[in-house]
Amino acid sequence: MADPSPVRGPVVEADGISKRFGATVALSDARISVAPGESHALVGRNGAGKSTLVSILTGLQNPDTGTLRFNGEQAPAPGDTDAWRSRVACVYQRSTIIPALTVAENLFLDRQSKGVLRPISWKQLRGRATELLAEYGVDVAPTARAEDLSVEQRQFVEIARALSFGARFIILDEPTAKLDARGIERLFDKLRSLQEQGVAFLFISHHLQEVYDLCTTVTVYRDARHIITAPVAELDQQALVEAMTGESSRGSEPAWSVTGRTRPDGAPLLDVSGLSLAGAYQDFSLTAHAGEVVGLAGAAASGNVRLGETIAGLHRPQAGTITVAGRPVRTGRVPAALAAGIGFVPEDRHIQGLIPQRSVAENATLTVTGQLGPFGTVLPSRTRAFAERMIGDLDIKTPGPSAPVSALSGGNQQKVVIARALATEPHVLVAIRPTNGVDVKSKESLLGTVREVADAGKSALIVSDELDDLRVCDRVVAMFHGRVVAEFEHGWSDEQLVAAMEGMSGPTDTKERDVSHH
Amino acid sequence: MSPTTEVRPRAATAGTAPAGRRFDLARYRDLSLVPVLLVLGVIGFAVSPAFLTSDNLLGVGQQATELSLLVLAEALILIVGRMDLSLESTIGVAPVIAVWLVLPDHGARFNGLGLLPSWTAIPLCLAVGALIGAINGFLILKLRLNGFIVTLGALTLLRGLQVAISQGQSIVTLPGSFTYLGSTSWLGVPAAIWICALLFLAGGCALAWLRHGRALYAIGGNSEAARAAGIRVDRITWIVLILGSLLAAFAGVLYTGHYGSISADQGNGWIFQVFAATVIGGVSLNGGRGTLFGALTGVLTLQLVVNVMTLAGVPPLWNQFLNGAIIIVALIISRFASGEKQE
Repeated sequence: MADPSPVRGPVVEADGISKRFGATVALSDARISVAPGESHALVGRNGAGKSTLVSILTGLQNPDTGTLRFNGEQAPAPGDTDAWRSRVACVYQRSTIIPALTVAENLFLDRQSKGVLRPISWKQLRGRATELLAEYGVDVAPTARAEDLSVEQRQFVEIARALSFGARFIILDEPTAKLDARGIERLFDKLRSLQEQGVAFLFISHHLQEVYDLCTTVTVYRDARHIITAPVAELDQQALVEAMTGESSRGSEPAWSVTGRTRPDGAPLLDVSGLSLAGAYQDFSLTAHAGEVVGLAGAAASGNVRLGETIAGLHRPQAGTITVAGRPVRTGRVPAALAAGIGFVPEDRHIQGLIPQRSVAENATLTVTGQLGPFGTVLPSRTRAFAERMIGDLDIKTPGPSAPVSALSGGNQQKVVIARALATEPHVLVAIRPTNGVDVKSKESLLGTVREVADAGKSALIVSDELDDLRVCDRVVAMFHGRVVAEFEHGWSDEQLVAAMEGMSGPTDTKERDVSHH
Repeated sequence: MSPTTEVRPRAATAGTAPAGRRFDLARYRDLSLVPVLLVLGVIGFAVSPAFLTSDNLLGVGQQATELSLLVLAEALILIVGRMDLSLESTIGVAPVIAVWLVLPDHGARFNGLGLLPSWTAIPLCLAVGALIGAINGFLILKLRLNGFIVTLGALTLLRGLQVAISQGQSIVTLPGSFTYLGSTSWLGVPAAIWICALLFLAGGCALAWLRHGRALYAIGGNSEAARAAGIRVDRITWIVLILGSLLAAFAGVLYTGHYGSISADQGNGWIFQVFAATVIGGVSLNGGRGTLFGALTGVLTLQLVVNVMTLAGVPPLWNQFLNGAIIIVALIISRFASGEKQE
């Protein structure tokens, strides 16, 4: 590891940090220490205190107790933004890019010119931006508008901006949450090359595999406390999950099991044939039988998400048919898809899934309002009863059916989305990235729910690029650039599937269906 | 829509071909009404020989000044991501309060308080405007009240205040200093046009080349990001609100001078036109987008349509209908000229 000045102290050293918000203890005697040039992971379940630590390390909040040092020096006074920024950079979970402005202006926001009254020289600004982007090897045009960038390009711009203040320590708060596998790979390449330049990272992620891929040291927080700090190499995945959950984890053996199922015969429950949508996918066919969970794997540009949305009626394909339980479905119409028995879990629960300020009950019954009372009325008592059943069935942790859904944790919010998809008692459940942004334990129970749906004689389609999601499937269809490139039975290896999703040579030991993209 | 899948195809154009076609279109989005203005000019020329005379055009210009100052104010406020409905009342109430304070307390149809010398009328008027903006800003930014409702309340309240002070009548006896700017001409062109053009130019330059001007776009585009970048979001928003009301009060000075009196319903109902002109000029209601030049073309379009219609002999009773129609047509034009959805 490149370490330019080993005599220096850690780039950041926090000790005995406590923070309370009213009655809630957000951090209790927490500590962390990051050495120069180190890539340090911070993991913990939702509510473990990671976000609070980030806001304390970046000077947005003052700790109640404890000491904070950067490079061995006392932390700057609160409010001295420039001093903080020269010591620690942060790429937040929420984008801090302003969409309507150019990349160059975003990079130098509020410092476009030397003095407040000095007019901005746009030419000079573009020059400075080009230099900065080149310095960190970011391949983005400074004149492009930020809203036209891809998620990963935006992140590179944010990283370049954060580092341009002179900090050699950067906090990345779930940077991979919105990236596909390819984008993550490029992000990691970038981070590794920055690391070689002596930049240290604090990397926060729900995705444990990434911790192993990128980081050398890992710190685990649980219930607002520091649990363990250890070199990644000395802590295997099971021990890490154990430290996060505080209980001995079941490791790689989840509650559900896929092996030993016989492939059902008879007419398929879902039959998609010859589906094409311009710019997304071509001539796609798929069948799913009762009791089967089918995975639809693919990176962001593969068209798998669009395909899932098409089956749910959000897009109208140019060609092809969708048949559910032997009856053709009118494409491009959500009500038709619902009526035909297709339940849908959208990709992003915040954007497409939930109405955050409304109650759990209302959110869960949004698709079945017609069944909640006579003559188009919606009776509160029936809504409540319906929601209570859902809460029981799916084990949703909520203070009650009338609690606003925004008060729930990410995993439980996602369960509400699934509850709604199941409310219509569909034949087919289409779930796009069902475990997006939820913690390890919720992940398992969400996937268990999907498995149960299939076991109850329905069929489920999981659209995802997360290997953990796809493990629950009986078979996985891999897509690349809008085409099916491979199909795997349960028991595939990670390498095979990733290779197929990345458009690399198809697997040899499973049946190959289409290799025309070569 | 899924963010990841949507963004991908565009990324290629942004990353590798920055000089693409889409980019050029975006750059000229604010000019989308210029062709409309030219077409209106041609129609006007065809309809009546009186259209292309300096008298007519200067008349249209002068009539546009008061509205365009409100549009300037509203454009700034919309860019910073806020709204101010009370501007249309400020244009009336600020002059009334100013002359009420300076007019003698006896001897005329409208009696003031006579507290201050008559030359203070304009500074007083501007001060009243600034005060209104400051109070709106306090309610919106410090007490965190909903800006739309606060300024809706202020609209009604200030209108009522004007009616109460002026006893519902027009004020015709005014200090000479107060009416000078609105009625005089410099170099053969009404002073109001010069001033208005100057203010638009100054505002446009500040938005294009000053850090604080760019901060308006940053705040309107993503206020959290602006805050993270070190921009003092609340302070700048407050200043913009004050500046907006100040401009509205100044528009009141010009309007009063132009017509020689303060009418009781000065500015009444203008806010619809103000919003319409600003939005068809390309300023986003969601903040962070648009230019003052675009907003100016919006006002001119609205004014020219009325002028051309009048010259064409369309009965004035149809004006309101046509105004509404042109707003919707202009919106459609700018929607397709810019290629962006207006949500």
